[in-house]
Amino acid sequence: MTLPPDLAANPRLSTWLRVAADGVVTVRVGKVELGQGIVTALAQIAADELDVEFADVRMEPAGTAAGPDEGFTAGSLSVSTSGAALRQACAEVRALFAAAAADELGVEPADVAVHEGTFAAAGRELTYGALAARVDLDREATGDVEPKAADRLLLVGTDVARLDLPDKVTGRPRFVHDLRLPGQLFGRVVRPPSPAATLLDVDTGAVEARTGVRAVVRDGSFLGVVADDEPAADEAAEALRGNAQWKTEQSLPDEADLPAFLRGGPTDDTVVEESGTPEPGRVARTLKARYGKQFLAHGSMAPSCGVARWDDDAVTVWTHSQGVHPLRRAIASVLGMGVDAVTVRHVEGAGCYGHNGADDAAFDAVLLARAVPGRPVLLRWSRADELSWSPFGSAMSMDVEAGVDASGDVVTWSYELWSHGYTSRPGYAGNPGLLAARHLERPVEPAPPVDPALPSGGSHRNAVPGYAFPHLSVHAHRVLHTPLRTSAMRSLGAYGNVFAIESFLDELAEAAGRDPLEYRLAQLTDPRGRAVLESAADLAGWSTRGDEENVGHGIGYARYKSLSAYCAVIAEVETVSEIRVRRLAVAVDVGRVVNPDGVHNQIEGGAVQATSWTLKESVRFDRERVTSTDWASYPILRFSEVPAVDVRVVSRPDEPSLGSGEAVQGPAAAAIGNAVADALGVRVRDLPITPERVVAAIERSS
Amino acid sequence: MVALTVNGTRHEPTSPDDTPLLSVLRGPLGLSGPRFGCGLGMCGACLVLVDGRPMTSCDTPLWSVDGTAVTTVEGLATDGAPHPLQQAFLDEQAAQCGYCTSGILIRAAALLDENPNPDEDAVVAALDENLCRCGVQRRVVRAVLRAAAGGQR
Ligand code: FES
Ligand code: FES
Repeated sequence: MTLPPDLAANPRLSTWLRVAADGVVTVRVGKVELGQGIVTALAQIAADELDVEFADVRMEPAGTAAGPDEGFTAGSLSVSTSGAALRQACAEVRALFAAAAADELGVEPADVAVHEGTFAAAGRELTYGALAARVDLDREATGDVEPKAADRLLLVGTDVARLDLPDKVTGRPRFVHDLRLPGQLFGRVVRPPSPAATLLDVDTGAVEARTGVRAVVRDGSFLGVVADDEPAADEAAEALRGNAQWKTEQSLPDEADLPAFLRGGPTDDTVVEESGTPEPGRVARTLKARYGKQFLAHGSMAPSCGVARWDDDAVTVWTHSQGVHPLRRAIASVLGMGVDAVTVRHVEGAGCYGHNGADDAAFDAVLLARAVPGRPVLLRWSRADELSWSPFGSAMSMDVEAGVDASGDVVTWSYELWSHGYTSRPGYAGNPGLLAARHLERPVEPAPPVDPALPSGGSHRNAVPGYAFPHLSVHAHRVLHTPLRTSAMRSLGAYGNVFAIESFLDELAEAAGRDPLEYRLAQLTDPRGRAVLESAADLAGWSTRGDEENVGHGIGYARYKSLSAYCAVIAEVETVSEIRVRRLAVAVDVGRVVNPDGVHNQIEGGAVQATSWTLKESVRFDRERVTSTDWASYPILRFSEVPAVDVRVVSRPDEPSLGSGEAVQGPAAAAIGNAVADALGVRVRDLPITPERVVAAIERSS
Repeated sequence: MVALTVNGTRHEPTSPDDTPLLSVLRGPLGLSGPRFGCGLGMCGACLVLVDGRPMTSCDTPLWSVDGTAVTTVEGLATDGAPHPLQQAFLDEQAAQCGYCTSGILIRAAALLDENPNPDEDAVVAALDENLCRCGVQRRVVRAVLRAAAGGQR
């Protein structure tokens, strides 16, 4: 059989696994813990495939010095890609050990029984540990061994407690922010006051003379300081800020009219889909609408952080990046160094929902640490920098138009979207992807963000509705002028596209006087899609929903990336003095489930975050600078605003595993939008659905 | 010179009086449980108990805690046994990244001290100033109720 791609790219078994004489199996994967529980799920896969006790598996953090290169941990792909590679590697390792055991015991490999880390035959037993010295894993995977069938897996499919949580509930050092290396110093960067500002002049002398200050670093418009401890670094940074003169520029678009900005500039255009045949004769009626979304911030609870240490001409970096290898190559390329001179190790950060400031902070640390050779420098961003300098999820503007027949079913559908690209990760499409690179004396200018290829897509992710419409025309325009930095954020364009498509579907159902669930099922042929819709409807009690005043119900559905997890959401909202999402009923089909509680946790968290995006969030800016720089100007959902989230996982043990981390974002937004429209009788087509927008919609309709 | 007790041990930190308590705890005192989230008193990641009351340590100057007893999340356990809340958070798997967790545990511990049998609304109200970006609030509420019920639910 052919090897899973990540194993084919990293074929040496010893890259993935090591077995020690005490029976402990050390596993290295290229995927990283982002708070999503992936490392625990991969440990389950390894223990199951090897037939060892879960407690005997040790997961090593990813790094460039050892272990496989699996690119980025992104796109909800880790269980399917890394899981498949690890499963195959473990199956082969198990077979090698079984063969060694058979040899030792003088029996045929087929006669060896493997159970809980022991190989038994002819009344004798050998352990992994006892055989470790006899089995050389420094060899390539062959693809000749079949992994176990689904029904023979014991751990996969069960709730295994997360490996990282005991440290986190007791406050033990676990995050990169907690690293304390010998001789460590602390750094701060003084960012320009606005995206297009450049540094004219700064008096560094007074700051350099302060006690506790080790170095002031200036390189072009990059300005930073290294000090003995965090308070000294903070004070020095403030002093530097006070001494710096910047040239500013009114480079930002009008926040109040983003559609005009997005549609006004040069674009790179893609035909996402043209299929079927238009039958104008069947069109009884044509409807159209325009939808939109604002820029969104990641808003991780921890500001980005990185540690770096230079030793002669080599640098070691500790980072919460999503991709240690791409970061390594990006650092080497911006600094004109050989890749071998850069070592990158992963250390956990706070929750990561896409391309945030992690790589940038790592590079900041590298630039600062260069001034203090041999000393590690821990660089942490401020909350304001985190909210204004991390890449944003792009604003979008979408036009949708449908011709429907006499019963209201879609005959022809056209959809057009305008958005920045959704990826500017380090190294992606030639982009250095490191913020400070653009501020250096010899700057590396960023290229406009790009989009991952279709069918999964970027800004055009989920731009194609999953329904059986007889004629489809879908076009995407990638906006090239990017005064605000954008990149990957959880679900990329799917959040905006599914919101638009599923909102419009409700508009069509309403125009036809049909029930939104029935309307969708009538045009959806994919059985797995139908199953999640029906399951969510059942969970939410759709058919018996009441007609309470100021309460509305709405549906949202999509198959994530058009090829991954299926998800349907039914929202119940209350619109008395504010908009409150009372409950989200979510049904998902993620194929074979590795850790059911992990899937529940991801879906619940995704649904809550999507509720926050949908009701509250919008990056604020004037023509010069980003103004949403703290939790008052960029509010997110609070405990008292969090909906109940009920999750039902439609079990498909024989289907390949599909990622769960991003599937709910779009359907949740659409369900909430549709529920608000149901409650109020007017529709808000622009995200976020704020009280101001509701009032405006009511005024427009009256 | 400021003197305070942290998790039962007396300290006389030499940091300047106006140093944020959080920097003292994470710096010279070598703790990691209180987290830096915003530095602005707006997220709760840095919460500690000061004489039993939850306070955001990022905007609390050292001088103001002179003579007090400070408890961080590291100090919630007794004799090596986890606090019932810590156990309940594990039982409910009430975290994703866990960066918000220590602050939430501190606030919840203060709540249970004051009101050992809170209902759901009381838990939600108590935690409303604590932010969590991963969206585990519902699990957190379940965990706090579970701890209040003696680990049962
Ligand atoms: S870090 Fe203290 S409240 Fe946010
Ligand atoms: S668990 Fe990540 S912020 Fe709360």
